[in-house]
Amino acid sequence: MTEAPHHIISYTKLTAVWGLLLLLTGATILVTRLDLGPYKILGALTIACVKSGLVIAVFMHMKYEERLLRILLFVTLVTLAIFIGFTFFDVLYR
Amino acid sequence: MSHPEHKDYAGAKLGMWLFLFTEIILFGGLFILYAVYLHRYPREFTTGGHELNLPYGAINTMVLLTSSLMVAMAVTAIQQGRRLLTLRLLGGTILCAVIFMGIKYVEWSAKIHHGIYPGSPRLAAGPPGESVFFGLYYLSTGLHGLHVLIGGSVLAWIGVKVRRGVVTGDDFVLLENGALYWHLVDLIWIFIFPLYYLML
Amino acid sequence: MNPSDHPPAVFTSFWNDTGKTGITSWIFSTDHKRIGLLYFWSVLGFFLTAVLLGLLLRIELMAPGRTIMGPETYNALFTVHGAIMVFLFIIPGFPGAFGNLVMPIQIGARDVSFPRLNLFSWWLYMMGAAVIIISLFTGGGPPDTGWTFYVPFSARTGTNVSLAVFGVFIVGFSSIVTGVNFVTTIHRLRAPGMSWDRLPLFVWSLYATAWVQILATPILGITLVLIIAERVLGVGLFDPMKGGDPVMYQHLFWIYSHPAVYIMILPAMGVISEIIPVFSRKPVFGYKMIAFSSIAIAAAGSLVWGHHMFTSGMSDRAILVFSFLTFVVAIPSAIKVFNWVSTLYRGSISLEAPMLYALSFILLFSIGGLTGLILGAAATDIHVHDTHFVVGHFHYVIFGGSGFALFGAMHYWLPKFYGRRYAEKPALIAWGLMFVGFNITYFSMMVLGMKGMPRRYYDYLPEFAPLNLVSTVGSWILAVGLVLMLVNLIRGLRKGEPVGNNPWGGATLEWTIPSPPPTENFPEEPVVTHGPYDFSKAGTP
Repeated sequence: MTEAPHHIISYTKLTAVWGLLLLLTGATILVTRLDLGPYKILGALTIACVKSGLVIAVFMHMKYEERLLRILLFVTLVTLAIFIGFTFFDVLYR
Repeated sequence: MSHPEHKDYAGAKLGMWLFLFTEIILFGGLFILYAVYLHRYPREFTTGGHELNLPYGAINTMVLLTSSLMVAMAVTAIQQGRRLLTLRLLGGTILCAVIFMGIKYVEWSAKIHHGIYPGSPRLAAGPPGESVFFGLYYLSTGLHGLHVLIGGSVLAWIGVKVRRGVVTGDDFVLLENGALYWHLVDLIWIFIFPLYYLML
Repeated sequence: MNPSDHPPAVFTSFWNDTGKTGITSWIFSTDHKRIGLLYFWSVLGFFLTAVLLGLLLRIELMAPGRTIMGPETYNALFTVHGAIMVFLFIIPGFPGAFGNLVMPIQIGARDVSFPRLNLFSWWLYMMGAAVIIISLFTGGGPPDTGWTFYVPFSARTGTNVSLAVFGVFIVGFSSIVTGVNFVTTIHRLRAPGMSWDRLPLFVWSLYATAWVQILATPILGITLVLIIAERVLGVGLFDPMKGGDPVMYQHLFWIYSHPAVYIMILPAMGVISEIIPVFSRKPVFGYKMIAFSSIAIAAAGSLVWGHHMFTSGMSDRAILVFSFLTFVVAIPSAIKVFNWVSTLYRGSISLEAPMLYALSFILLFSIGGLTGLILGAAATDIHVHDTHFVVGHFHYVIFGGSGFALFGAMHYWLPKFYGRRYAEKPALIAWGLMFVGFNITYFSMMVLGMKGMPRRYYDYLPEFAPLNLVSTVGSWILAVGLVLMLVNLIRGLRKGEPVGNNPWGGATLEWTIPSPPPTENFPEEPVVTHGPYDFSKAGTP
């Protein structure tokens, strides 16, 4: 395997992402103040996923890593989703 | 021949990521329980969420995001060979960790003062779902807090290594892995915050 | 391997490389071979301890009523027998011992990716084991919950569950560290030419296992933390009085513990895939399918945990889904069995000790696997759930499968690391005794279970007495065979006939280097030019 060249991420870019993350935090608080019923949790979690995506891609350099790491991360998240999802085969229909 | 002193940079990072996967799954166990009990007790979870202090949660979110920014900047700084800046940014990160734990302490103390803690008479008298909500709240934030403590200590230890010139612009994988761990702490909080503080 | 220009280096075996001697040169060594042997002997020690407990359990069950111990002691003994066998013997057994010994050499590496972490994992294992042992003699005495630590009993019993569970937590962490290390090593340190389709099948199986260790073990970690939280803080997440749900404990526990069964069996299958082609003098049949089925078993095995809970009050729909998925796991397992049998077909088979263990693995694992389908089908499971049928089935898979594979691996690989071999004839006799004893012991249990004898019961109805006696006598034959095997093996490793580089005529890389291997494994980085079962390129025994 070849060593990927180290990517240096500029301070401006990092700060921009940080600003975006703060904005999204504000957005979650706003969204959950609205009366959305069951969609509230969906909205909040969607924003949380976007936020974590940003952290992983830029702060954690995933955007610049080789594809292997991205695949493995994907496998992990799918596994967790299965653990949660399959439990609901029981919980939903009991 | 791969000599032991040969640094496998990509290998070290792969190892760190694999470890982070295990951390994600560890917290995942609590998220499974959260999902199941939210499904079972939607109303009690809402009342429970009301009791939590939103400003504290929001401030802590900002503190952690800022710390995450600083540690990411520290990685950039060391890549550019700016040791002093790296150290300052690491110091800032650790300061954020301390602030986070301080706020957490105040928050927990207030809750406990109001008789909300695992196995407390107040929770025992209340509806069952509420006791489950706070049980999960204490376990999730407690386990997360433990990770903040560990992450902060690890970063402090790496700071010493930066200072001594062991971790440098040519060999900074340790700092990068420490930063990855810290970002994970942030990631977990990104989910804990809406699930516990915003479900009113 | 390319001929080198410099004169052949003088090899120093890893047994006497550093100037240092004595115990510290072992317990602080970061050499994967030394760590592998540390693991091996500690794992073997715990195995023998748990075997002893198992024999005591069998003696107690020899006749109805009290035979040699009271019911409380019996409860503690089956708990400790199970916990040691599962957490201290068979889970660390393959990756920790033979994975460490063989895997880096098989991929042509100098060591694992993180040698110091590797040593740390052994230390964690020993610390966890120490905590478990301390838990037996302090507090309220040894835990009596069964190795599954089911709530509500585990949250309430006065025995020392918290400490024991904490010990298991540490051992789990050690397992995670090994998994992380192995995945990284297999990705990063393969020698030039060691492409994924030239990877020995044992390495493939360890790779799949390592993923299970990484993705499933943390769930065990959090589950054990939750038990402690129930006991110490009274959080009540599994307590119906406080709104909790005890069935959720079972979900969490089996999300780990079912995949954990594959931590135990997958590397065993890897060992069998190594031994069978070598002793048939024939390339393995269906290399790609065997490699793929390891990954498939690991993946599908993560989807079936609910089949442990058919009688726990889970929803009917969940029973349907988990039952169906359980049958899916049978497919990759069967792929392996058929490929092994096809490898044997028209091979030049030599029935030496490792091969006998491998062949008996196929038979015993097939019995264990097929009886597993009886348990996986909801309709039949409800009849035999929590009976001795389950005990018999589980021992067929884990003892008849993993255990026999481990014995095979001991005969196959230990001579490589000691440079000496065991005597063949006693090895064959020992195998025969164990094979016969094993089947008498556990087949009786399956019949007893079919007749309705529950597991974990101290006493039973007189109608179960004859078969229980048979089973107990079988356990003695098994024990005699085990002792003979170990005595013969250890004697051989100390004083037996020296072996050359390649006593069996294997084609994987570990057979190209001296026995015992030098510390650095290879004089220079090997370049791999042929597949792992290409015997035309391998030296003759």
